[in-house]
Amino acid sequence: MKFGVVVFPGSNCDHDTYHVLKKVVGAKVEYIWHKETTLNYFDVIILPGGFSYGDYLRVGAVARFSPVMREVIKFANSGGLVLGICNGFQVLLEAGLLPGSLITNDHLRFRCQDVYIKVANNKTCFSRSYESGQVLKMPIAHYSGNYFADKETLKMLEGTERIVFQYCSLDGNVIPEENPNGSMLNIAGILNEKKNILGMMPHPERAAEKILGSEDGLGIFNSLLRES
Amino acid sequence: MWLAKVIVSYKTGILDPEAKTIHNALISLGYQDINKVETGKYFQIGFSDSIDRDKAKELTKQACAKILSNPVIQKYTFQLEEVSK
Repeated sequence: MKFGVVVFPGSNCDHDTYHVLKKVVGAKVEYIWHKETTLNYFDVIILPGGFSYGDYLRVGAVARFSPVMREVIKFANSGGLVLGICNGFQVLLEAGLLPGSLITNDHLRFRCQDVYIKVANNKTCFSRSYESGQVLKMPIAHYSGNYFADKETLKMLEGTERIVFQYCSLDGNVIPEENPNGSMLNIAGILNEKKNILGMMPHPERAAEKILGSEDGLGIFNSLLRES
Repeated sequence: MWLAKVIVSYKTGILDPEAKTIHNALISLGYQDINKVETGKYFQIGFSDSIDRDKAKELTKQACAKILSNPVIQKYTFQLEEVSK
């Protein structure tokens, strides 16, 4: 099982993700420069958090046209596993690999804080290490994490179990008071139709060591390793 | 030379918190009669001399649909103008 972490100009969670995979999880991992066009020796591609291309135009909009993304789209369409974290999630939406969009937080503030998220679906390659309904503590750090989609898309996401994580209270209640950014249905993470692509706003790589306050993010990387 | 002047803005019903904040600021400054504010982005795209009006229109549409706007949340309008260099 080999992981690749894409490095766009402006990515800033690439090193954290690489560190967790290599040192904490003990997986094989390599960086992938944004100009790279050969991805066929990877099993999982991770688009990390950050501010790719300075968030110019719209978040994720310019990264979507980088050479590596053409290959990521091919890789994903042929069933390869892709995880987009924070800005990576925004890139996946701009690329059309996931439905909907992430717009400015409803309160217009950058939010950097721990949140609780509920595992709404644990029958996925990304969440199989968790219990169904388990509550995880992970940090968010974003200004545009407000998930938007039309009613039909939301209904389809719910009906096909493509919502993987939802913002919730410590005891697992998915309620508006625990929504940190205005996301519809408190959505924190969703899958594509084939369920081989996950986009999520919280940072599992920043919650993978006890010294950082939470190890709840490790389950995502461990779930992916169990695929091999 | 043909020049496209493009405005990209949010579709109706999409939350525009920035516009709402600007609107609130205007109200607090005493502009009670302003009842709507929308925000958007403005682009100017210039074309090579060999490009005629129809081609410029087609290329502008492609640019708007492919990168300048996100069709999930945004709409676009544009005008073409012939300008001397």
